Amino acid sequence: MNKKVFRAVVGIVLALALSANFTVAQAATKNANKATSAKDVGGLAELIKLAKKEGELNTIALPDYWANYGNVIKRFSEKYGIKVNSYDPEASSAEELVAVRTLKGQDRMPDVVDVGLQFAVQGAQEGLWAPYKVSTWNDIPTAAKDAKGLWYSDYGGYIAIGYDANVVKTPPKSFADLLNPMYKNQVALNGDPTSSNSAFLSVLATSVAAGKGIKGANNIQYGLEFWSKLKSSGNFVPVAATPATVEAGQTPILLDWDYLHAKYKGQSGKVDWKVVVPTDALLGGFYAQAVVKNSPHPAAARLWQEFLYSDEGQNLWLQGGARPIRLDAMVKAKKHDKTAYALLPATPKGVTPVFPSLQQQLLAKALLTPAWPKL
Amino acid sequence: MKKLVGYLGLAPLISFMAIFLGLPLIAILRFSFLNSENQFTLNNFVTISSGIYREAFWLSFQLSFTSAVISLLFGFLFSYSISTSQFAPLKRAVATASGVLANTGGVPLAFMFIAVLGSYGMLTTWLKNVGVEIYGGSWTLYSFSGLLIVYLYFQVPLMVLISLPLFENIRSEWRDAATSLGASTVDYWRKILIPILTPQLLGFFLLLFANSFAAYATAAALTSGSLALVPVQIASLIGSNVQVDGVNTAMALGLGMVLLVGISTVGYAILEKRSSQWRR
Repeated sequence: MNKKVFRAVVGIVLALALSANFTVAQAATKNANKATSAKDVGGLAELIKLAKKEGELNTIALPDYWANYGNVIKRFSEKYGIKVNSYDPEASSAEELVAVRTLKGQDRMPDVVDVGLQFAVQGAQEGLWAPYKVSTWNDIPTAAKDAKGLWYSDYGGYIAIGYDANVVKTPPKSFADLLNPMYKNQVALNGDPTSSNSAFLSVLATSVAAGKGIKGANNIQYGLEFWSKLKSSGNFVPVAATPATVEAGQTPILLDWDYLHAKYKGQSGKVDWKVVVPTDALLGGFYAQAVVKNSPHPAAARLWQEFLYSDEGQNLWLQGGARPIRLDAMVKAKKHDKTAYALLPATPKGVTPVFPSLQQQLLAKALLTPAWPKL
Repeated sequence: MKKLVGYLGLAPLISFMAIFLGLPLIAILRFSFLNSENQFTLNNFVTISSGIYREAFWLSFQLSFTSAVISLLFGFLFSYSISTSQFAPLKRAVATASGVLANTGGVPLAFMFIAVLGSYGMLTTWLKNVGVEIYGGSWTLYSFSGLLIVYLYFQVPLMVLISLPLFENIRSEWRDAATSLGASTVDYWRKILIPILTPQLLGFFLLLFANSFAAYATAAALTSGSLALVPVQIASLIGSNVQVDGVNTAMALGLGMVLLVGISTVGYAILEKRSSQWRR
């Protein structure tokens, strides 16, 4: 065989091998793209194989400090050898939807999203999500997922009161306690409730407390009256609270999601931040996961969900102070991380948690928006 | 040919303005006359002329008007006393400091005031120790008057900055001429200086008014929306996703602001031109 022929043969063999490999990968991608459960690709082991072949996963809006996502990503990467491209960690839910719409067909398109409930529903209506049901699907409460598997709640918590124990000597136990004159110039929100979602839900939580349950969720007027009282007594500090305002001693008491309170501790060591879940209202809120339709790494996207909803993934969130959606089932099966679980702020016994529906939230916002500046 | 080259030199500025001022302006104009389904409507203007939005314009007007009047008065007095001072370094120091302070704003400014005048601020605590409790009554930093103090922090230096050159242009010959014709100091101020300065001062007033009307971040950080100001209302409409046509209503509010600030600026330019005849 002369050199020329040899080179040609090698070339052909290589080309064949490459194209064969390519076809397999293509077929697999197609396969995973339509999969609505791990079974569709032949089980979890097969899904792992396909995901490893893709080798990458695009995520968006996952800050390292948020619900322990830094470690979640690290662990997933190590376990499966998949590189996670964490784009735009500080993006909001609205921006996630924009990214999905505008990056369609591009390499940078997000494979998975973690969005607020209303955005999960909106994305489903727009046809942005691919249906997928994780192996632990049955542990997710029916009310917390889309029946077709377009979206599913992932983790969340309750609106809680945080306070700096160095400044606040008698801690408040309930929302009603905040009206006490001794908290003058101390109670704050973390933003403007007409535009910040967590500040808005904090107001709704006080409404549930003042309206003694679901009545308060249906009519935010209870909450507006509560804040009007707080304002006229001078207890309400209308500064948008941040770790800096806490450290300056300006917002020693503030309302936020229980799992986001850790950041108010700050770096200086001057602040002794404590968190209580109030006894007069449990207002819960959960974020939701979804797999993006026709994304660049369909198998890795589905494996990511399997990982997040496995005991390991759920416990990682728990270690970040968030309450994973399968927590009840895991506590029953004794699969939860006991240390992390013990660190969660205790929830009051005998109080039914309220999870405001989209309808209730929209109605409340429509009432709050014109009324808030006139408190 | 030379003229053409001159215009070419302007091209970067003009294209910059077209992209970052012209295009947004066109977008505001367009969307303020559309609803969320992109159909023509005047509804947005009906919405903003009632309820909370009308109140927002009124409150913004009050805040801007008051801060403009106060800063006009104090800024004028400051720059007059500085310009008559014989101590040149003071003049330079004040001019530089005013340039810096007039451009202080946003969240950092809000935080500076929180740290000093907030309910646990340094000054507040210090005053408390000597027996003056400024948070004893109903006053807070987050009220109208509190915000006014914060606004004066950048408004007064702005007035000093723009009015310092004014006194450079007053010629000592005018005074000499007036005195030699028998005018007293009062006559000199009343009949000569004030008539000369009035158009310019009115122009300054409009500039200060517009400057305060457009300020946003400081107020947003200090009040969490508890004071209805126009820029804060725009932000809440865009951010909240509550109201149908919310973004379009925000654009209509924006157009209202563009008009107000535009009228002020054009007024300033006209008055500036009128008064510049004395500077030749």
